[in-house]
Amino acid sequence: MILVIAEQRDGALNRATWEALVAAQQLAGGDALKVALLGGQAGAAAQELAAAGVGEVLTVTDAALEPYTPDGYVLALAQLITSASPQVIALAHTYQARDFAPMLAARLTLPLVTDVTGITGSGTQATFTRPMFQGKLAAEVKPKTAGACLVTFQIGAFRADALKKGTSPSPMTNVAVTIDPSAIRQKPEAPFQEAKQAVDLSQAARIVAVGRGIKAQDQLPVAEKLAKAMGAELAASRPICDSGWLPMERQIGSSGQTVAPKLYVALGISGAIQHLVGMKGSRTIVAINKDADAPIFEVADYGIVGDLFEIVPALVAELEK
Amino acid sequence: MKIAVCIKQVPTREWQPRLRDDKTWIREQDASFEMNEPDAYALEESLRLREKHGGEVVVCAAGPARVQQVLREALARGADRAIHVEDESLGSADAFVTAGALAAAMAGEKFDLVLTGLQSDDQGHGQTGVVLAERLGIPHSTIIMEIQIDSSTGSGQAAGMRVKRELEGGWFQWVAMPLPALLTIQSGINQLRYATLKGIMAAKKKEIRKVARPDGLEPSQQIVALALPVRSKQTQMIAGSPAEAAKELVRRLREEARAL
Repeated sequence: MILVIAEQRDGALNRATWEALVAAQQLAGGDALKVALLGGQAGAAAQELAAAGVGEVLTVTDAALEPYTPDGYVLALAQLITSASPQVIALAHTYQARDFAPMLAARLTLPLVTDVTGITGSGTQATFTRPMFQGKLAAEVKPKTAGACLVTFQIGAFRADALKKGTSPSPMTNVAVTIDPSAIRQKPEAPFQEAKQAVDLSQAARIVAVGRGIKAQDQLPVAEKLAKAMGAELAASRPICDSGWLPMERQIGSSGQTVAPKLYVALGISGAIQHLVGMKGSRTIVAINKDADAPIFEVADYGIVGDLFEIVPALVAELEK
Repeated sequence: MKIAVCIKQVPTREWQPRLRDDKTWIREQDASFEMNEPDAYALEESLRLREKHGGEVVVCAAGPARVQQVLREALARGADRAIHVEDESLGSADAFVTAGALAAAMAGEKFDLVLTGLQSDDQGHGQTGVVLAERLGIPHSTIIMEIQIDSSTGSGQAAGMRVKRELEGGWFQWVAMPLPALLTIQSGINQLRYATLKGIMAAKKKEIRKVARPDGLEPSQQIVALALPVRSKQTQMIAGSPAEAAKELVRRLREEARAL
């Protein structure tokens, strides 16, 4: 049996859970699939999961599981996994999974394979493809032990619309666990956004994004001119916003905005996976980079290898003809 | 406050991947190495906390002899001393082995706070910090963008802290937790300092305590093969001089892709 751990916040299911379910269906072969949902109460997210009819929904409800804490989740899931004994425990590679899955794996002494983009074989015999060296290499990885393992699936690597839904709703079962609230050491406050985002890049038809290749803040006008000539918004990868060269609200990637414009032009962006997840849904992607092996070229429709300080002004001149 | 910061040495950003003959690891002799970027931010944060609250910063690493380079660099930037779990096998170790090796070397030190980067730029499991917390029996929080130590007890002994966790899509969350604890640090939490000449000279006299790899550490996963990634798209590469390439790209964006 493959156990998928769903993710919800305030009763809303994280969309990446559907992708994890698709990956789990592929991993299961013909084997059974179950979905676990943790929280203060089962609510709408559990109904939504059951309605998809992909497998029994196990709800684990306890006041100590709301809000999310790694300690609370690990206490509950260690009990659930010990009693249900799944072959594989599957999750989406979200920030929340990154927060608790390694602790759960360490506590249960089970291998954890993270950020998986592909599966070969099924069940405990599977090998997994995952990026290494910032996406410069793809690794085939196999858990060392013959028993169960945990796997997290990279967001965007499996298509949620490929889910094979059941013909009838799945049963829901409440699983009782014992959580001592005093054993939860993290006391979270309510999530918040830093500032009202003035720029909604998700609505832009075209985006010109800059990365480390721009080298210095005073070189930004090179990219600004191209954005203007293309009628595009200016955006950036994380290191540029970290350095304060552009405001955080213009950051594309897992910690910033996710965009899918008609045209995305990546200037001097190597294409770390954290950036790619924020833009690889764009309809047409252009990459300009001096490094021919940069991972950005793997998602690009058009690529130019060369010096952006020579190519971008030539582009602006061409567009203004 | 006694602060540990765990750092890893990884191939530089400019490194072009070349594989060993058995295709299960890289040709390390071709690589040049540097401090893992999120770890550099963790180091900087530990130095800032020491400047504010006093105490000691101990930099810890598990890896082959080459790792001394980044330990010396951390000492030059201001760390007080270093612990090096040295073993050739640790260069390609998985997160369980690395965390196990670090935990054994760090357990007796009774650190108040342990900082790591959120993930490494080589294998990128994103597990070592959290597994280390579990092995040390202390609470953790991940992807941290700010640390506020609660020093209100007056005894100079901090009892707890409040940390700002990054969530996805521009959301954040404050989390209160007791000390000792472990935090994984996000890049960009601060502005990095660089080593001064004085720092580099001083680092030569600082202690690097070498520890052997403990027995009984079993890898939890193995790399069956490494390869260049398969392209998910057929990228059309456009060659020529800058002017020629620019002209051709604009033509294709207008006529083929209809994106302009």
